[in-house]
Amino acid sequence: MITETLTVSRADFETRTGWQLKPEGACKGDICVPLAENPQGGTINLATLAPQLNMPLVHDEAHGVWALGPESMGSRVLATVEAPNLTLPTLDGETFELASLRGKKVVLVAWSPY
Amino acid sequence: MWQAFREDVKAQGVEVVTVGIDTAGPEACRSFIEAADPQHPSLIDEHHRVAELFGVVNIPNAVWIDEDGMIVRPAETSPAPPSVGVERTPNQRAMEDPPARVVEMMAHASQITYDAPTYEAAMRDWIANGADSEFALAPDQVIDRSGTRNEDTARGVAHFELATHFELAGAHEAAIGHFRQAHELVPDNFAYRRQAWSLEPSVEGPLARFWQGPLEGQEADWPYESDWNTDVKEMGAPNYYAEWKP
Repeated sequence: MITETLTVSRADFETRTGWQLKPEGACKGDICVPLAENPQGGTINLATLAPQLNMPLVHDEAHGVWALGPESMGSRVLATVEAPNLTLPTLDGETFELASLRGKKVVLVAWSPY
Repeated sequence: MWQAFREDVKAQGVEVVTVGIDTAGPEACRSFIEAADPQHPSLIDEHHRVAELFGVVNIPNAVWIDEDGMIVRPAETSPAPPSVGVERTPNQRAMEDPPARVVEMMAHASQITYDAPTYEAAMRDWIANGADSEFALAPDQVIDRSGTRNEDTARGVAHFELATHFELAGAHEAAIGHFRQAHELVPDNFAYRRQAWSLEPSVEGPLARFWQGPLEGQEADWPYESDWNTDVKEMGAPNYYAEWKP
């Protein structure tokens, strides 16, 4: 997640990272991490939240841009087998959500033109 | 080809989704997609979200997801199904008098091994038998096989997103430093390296994005630690893809 400020919209954070902020803490799939303080309102402070989820914040000072990286919960890429809701554009710019295929088996294949 | 496979199995309640991972974006993918004419969802992934979310580290890689949205096989090498068409790759196109670098690349590529029939048979078994298939893994196995994600690799993913962010903003020089960090922090991601190499100045024509290394006489200007030929030589072409485990 790229941001120019450490205060970001809660909705953007939830959509982009897959973490949902609930009364019991930050949750993803079957995992819930209790938070020191539950975020109130529509914005969150990444400087406070990112360390609690073990997510790196990398700062490019020269350009004034931050990148929030993914959580490292154990030692593996997947912390849960619940598929993240991959949301990407098609060739024509329409937005496609992986979750729209619920009810079917899916073979998700990555390729590249180089 | 995936499109032919998809038509063959779609009546069994399965969908194929192809994801073109390329910071160069939709126009770089367009000719390949239009030639394949997929009837399934075909997506463009400029920031390699599939690496961040699923642990894709090379192409082709595939993930299997069941009807309930649960991953039953994490990212792994996924040769195109051979029973329904011949897999075509740029390396197999006829080329007259190829440059020395490309001759070397093709020699390496010819030693890259994968077992397409075995992988296809496993896929068809899962499509037919679902959770009863021996190839649908238990949740702890899925997580265990899903690749390394520690604090270093998580930082590497963040650097890669900065790199693609700058590249797309036209700030190529700013992107290089973050690509380099991503390569160092996520050494098992070969797609991160190929992506960066493919964006460097190259030869004219259809080989441009496959060159993946310095131009002759300009080695000193190459901004990365390695290049395709050097890496594949070092790892040994037969090790390019990890051996598939049932």
